[in-house]
Amino acid sequence: MTELTKSTADAGTAEPAAAPAPAAASAEPAVARVTQWGEIRHRFVANKLAVFGLVLVLALFLTAIFAPLIAPQDPYHQDLTNTLQDPSGEHLLGTDALGRDQLSRIIYGSRIAVEVGLASIFLACAIGVVVGALAGYFGKATDSVLMRVADVFFAFPLIIGAIVIIMAMGRGVMPVIISLAVFSWPTVSRLLRSSILSVREADYVHAARALGASTSRIIIRHIIPNSIAAVMAYAAFSVGGAIVAEASLSFLGVGVSPEVPEWGNMLAGAKDFLGVKDFLWVYPSIAIVLTVLGFVFVGDGLRDALDPKLR
Amino acid sequence: MGSYVIRRLGQMVVVLFGATVVLFACLFVLPGDPVGSLGGDKARDPAVVAELRERYGLNDPLPVQYGNFVKNLAKGDLGEDYTQRRPVTEILAPKLTNTAKLAVAAIVIDIAIGLLAGMIAALFRYSFWDVLITLLTTMAVGFPSFVIGLVLLSTFSVKLAWFPVIADGSFQSMILPAFTLAILDAALVARLMRGTMLEVLKADYVKTAVAKGLPRRTVLFKHVMRNSIIPVVTYLGISFGSLLGGALITEAIFNWDGIGLALVLAIQQQNNPIIIGVVSFGVAVFVVLNLIVDLLYAVLDPRIRLA
Repeated sequence: MTELTKSTADAGTAEPAAAPAPAAASAEPAVARVTQWGEIRHRFVANKLAVFGLVLVLALFLTAIFAPLIAPQDPYHQDLTNTLQDPSGEHLLGTDALGRDQLSRIIYGSRIAVEVGLASIFLACAIGVVVGALAGYFGKATDSVLMRVADVFFAFPLIIGAIVIIMAMGRGVMPVIISLAVFSWPTVSRLLRSSILSVREADYVHAARALGASTSRIIIRHIIPNSIAAVMAYAAFSVGGAIVAEASLSFLGVGVSPEVPEWGNMLAGAKDFLGVKDFLWVYPSIAIVLTVLGFVFVGDGLRDALDPKLR
Repeated sequence: MGSYVIRRLGQMVVVLFGATVVLFACLFVLPGDPVGSLGGDKARDPAVVAELRERYGLNDPLPVQYGNFVKNLAKGDLGEDYTQRRPVTEILAPKLTNTAKLAVAAIVIDIAIGLLAGMIAALFRYSFWDVLITLLTTMAVGFPSFVIGLVLLSTFSVKLAWFPVIADGSFQSMILPAFTLAILDAALVARLMRGTMLEVLKADYVKTAVAKGLPRRTVLFKHVMRNSIIPVVTYLGISFGSLLGGALITEAIFNWDGIGLALVLAIQQQNNPIIIGVVSFGVAVFVVLNLIVDLLYAVLDPRIRLA
């Protein structure tokens, strides 16, 4: 990780005017300064859509972190004399059926989205990387057993599988995170496994083994860093998917508790006023769409930046 | 090929076994008592509850219940549900027809819009239409089905009143839910089609076909299309499986009386036999379609050898 931050910092000073990196590299003899991560960062920044996605994602993070400062009102505060108010100066995005301020609920909703999106995909990647690494490196029986287990969880449609787990654990943020991770890790382990299969026979792995490196050292120091690119792109892309899944669960009434300010909950409440009070679902929908697009663009950009051979 | 199919069938059984075990484990560690809550709020006569528990075999240890489930499943029997006390298969059959109707309609829309858009984008690369299609298909990925459903429902049913607000199973009421299901897949099909077609257009056999003076139409349909369509077929096959497994959100928004809506209701009522029926059906369809798609892949592209 230190290597990563150092190299990105290097690349930052090396190309302030976004000059083509290869040209800069050939101009001076210090070719070694153009690190792999510097190149990746350069390719990412050159992709306008990816940068736009990054801006959206950063905006989401800032909103989530500073929600109490930004939100004009308490998202839980009910005002039964002011229910279903159209957007106005007092309530910029109107109020819901219980008189709660919509804008404040959307702002606080970003917290659940970020929490569930990041935590579930992080958990999925942690499980998936361990399983995929073991399966890919050891092969044979280990591989067959682990991959059949992955197949079992892969065969459940995400939302349906998640609902089953939530039924066992009860509603709440934690069950949602766990249930989404339980059915998302197989993709990660498959990705990592297949890329390990191609890296495993690479010369540098043979070299490391010849030098007497232990199996765990080879996996952790050589194989995973070289196979992780696909996983990283998948992870960025999937956070958006996890946020949609989480909102879907709440929309169906099996996600986080109904009083929690959360986008899916807001849409579920707005459904009854369809065509009458459309602002109730339009604004939370915009929040979800921008969030998902942000992660999709970042994921696409990362994939292209990490592996320029694609596309 | 033969041994490949046999091995895949073996793996399929393992996956189905694992999936149903996971399902059973989750459903029967539930805190609530499904039978006790059947009468709604009013308390049940303990004797009746005891009789019902006996009737549904809920007093047996979990492995025994699972064993009975597998035994009955082999006979095509999914047991009786808790609320109507009718066979689960009998309850779900008409709902499955409804879900299948919707799934077929969605796939037809995917093929019509997705293939056409992808072809246009690839054939007229960098044109206005290509840019527009690429932009739209990129944006579509960001729209969850509930947002699409709410937009369509409020615009075309509530405001314009072109379609009924509550689905009654008619063709008219099928259009909006079918589009809701189809939009994302149509966008992905278009992207997939565009990508593969651009590859295929550069291939040597296409250059050869053009060079030997074949009519443009022949080259397009016999050489380009046939080779570009393989990934699309794979994608749509898998997609059809997940559609059949129950489109929960779409069916819930449009009140479409399919197995997805049945599942949502069964969850609220803790009607375990229905839940087990729908979920294991969804998993089975997914696994079977995966196998079919892999086999189809080999048929469409003879270069692929299954081993």
